[in-house]
Amino acid sequence: MSDNSNVDDKSLSLAKELVVALEANESDKANHLISAIAEHNDAGIFKEVGKITRGLHDKLVSFESDLGVSDIDESEIHDAKLRLSYVIEKTSEAADQTLTIIESFMPSIDRQGKESESLINEWQKFTGKELSADEFRCLAKRVTDYLNESNALNADYKAGLNEIIVAQGFQDITGQIIKKVINLVQEVEDSLVRVIKCTGGEKSTRKITSSIDELEGPVVPSLKTNEFVSNQDEVDDLLSSLGF
Amino acid sequence: MNKDMKILVVDDFSTMRRIIKNLLRDLGFNNTHEADDGNTALPMLQSGHYDFLVTDWNMPGMQGIDLLRAVRADPNMATLPVLLVTAESKKDQIVMAAEAGVNGYIVKPFTAATLEEKIKKIFERIEASK
Repeated sequence: MSDNSNVDDKSLSLAKELVVALEANESDKANHLISAIAEHNDAGIFKEVGKITRGLHDKLVSFESDLGVSDIDESEIHDAKLRLSYVIEKTSEAADQTLTIIESFMPSIDRQGKESESLINEWQKFTGKELSADEFRCLAKRVTDYLNESNALNADYKAGLNEIIVAQGFQDITGQIIKKVINLVQEVEDSLVRVIKCTGGEKSTRKITSSIDELEGPVVPSLKTNEFVSNQDEVDDLLSSLGF
Repeated sequence: MNKDMKILVVDDFSTMRRIIKNLLRDLGFNNTHEADDGNTALPMLQSGHYDFLVTDWNMPGMQGIDLLRAVRADPNMATLPVLLVTAESKKDQIVMAAEAGVNGYIVKPFTAATLEEKIKKIFERIEASK
């Protein structure tokens, strides 16, 4: 920076004048000189703000340069997009799974509902001694079929309801992913706040530290590396290799 | 395996606690209790005579791994069976949990069958070592 020597000379001469003014007890002049020195330094701060703003801008637009404004880099923004896409995928998967199971139950629930209604009528006729022997044999067979079907369906319903319960796990997985993206947004905000602080004349020396959790959270398939296991079998293999 | 055993389920997401409790109930375990992180769970474990701990890893406050370490460090609970059910699937973390003395490790999302299998395995091991 070619301006540097001039800047220093000017600072020095202002400082000397300030000492003289203070020794002569000329407080008005001294205050004026202090303001002059401060303004002089502000010029440097504005230059710095310009650099940081440019740096942040370049980063947000191209994700290519790393000027030390923050720890956010291209891959984190890209990761955030993939994470959010994964949230859409998981929520739609859970909704589809739940609806498919419910839809598969509907026909048998309808059929059984109608059959039980009809059986109640027939049973009332039977208790009122309105049924012939043949009609009763027919009713007995229908009751047997109904009970057998109910029994079989009960197991299906229970299995399906358990699948629906497990499908709700999407809320935990997607919640964790969204928390991570919120942290990233927070980091971008912190960087912008730092720029605003600089333009306010207060040069922040605070290092922007990553607020992203140390823990990795749920694995998003498109972001997976071989540092991660991809399923329960791999967990089991790893643990058994450790003597589990 | 005693179906009346007292189980503590620790997860910061209430949905996941409900899922685990429902699955446990389906397996015949009805004596289940809940906590939303390690800080809440630890005093419950210290005073509650629990038989089994099922915990998440990543939680605000005290994390699952620290809860596991605290349990292992307490002479009254050092042998309490602990099952981690977590989305953390980094190999280093699984090794860390094993070193901290976990009895089982399930990665989310998981199935009811996996939960049943791991619980059975944990208690079979404990029976065998008696």
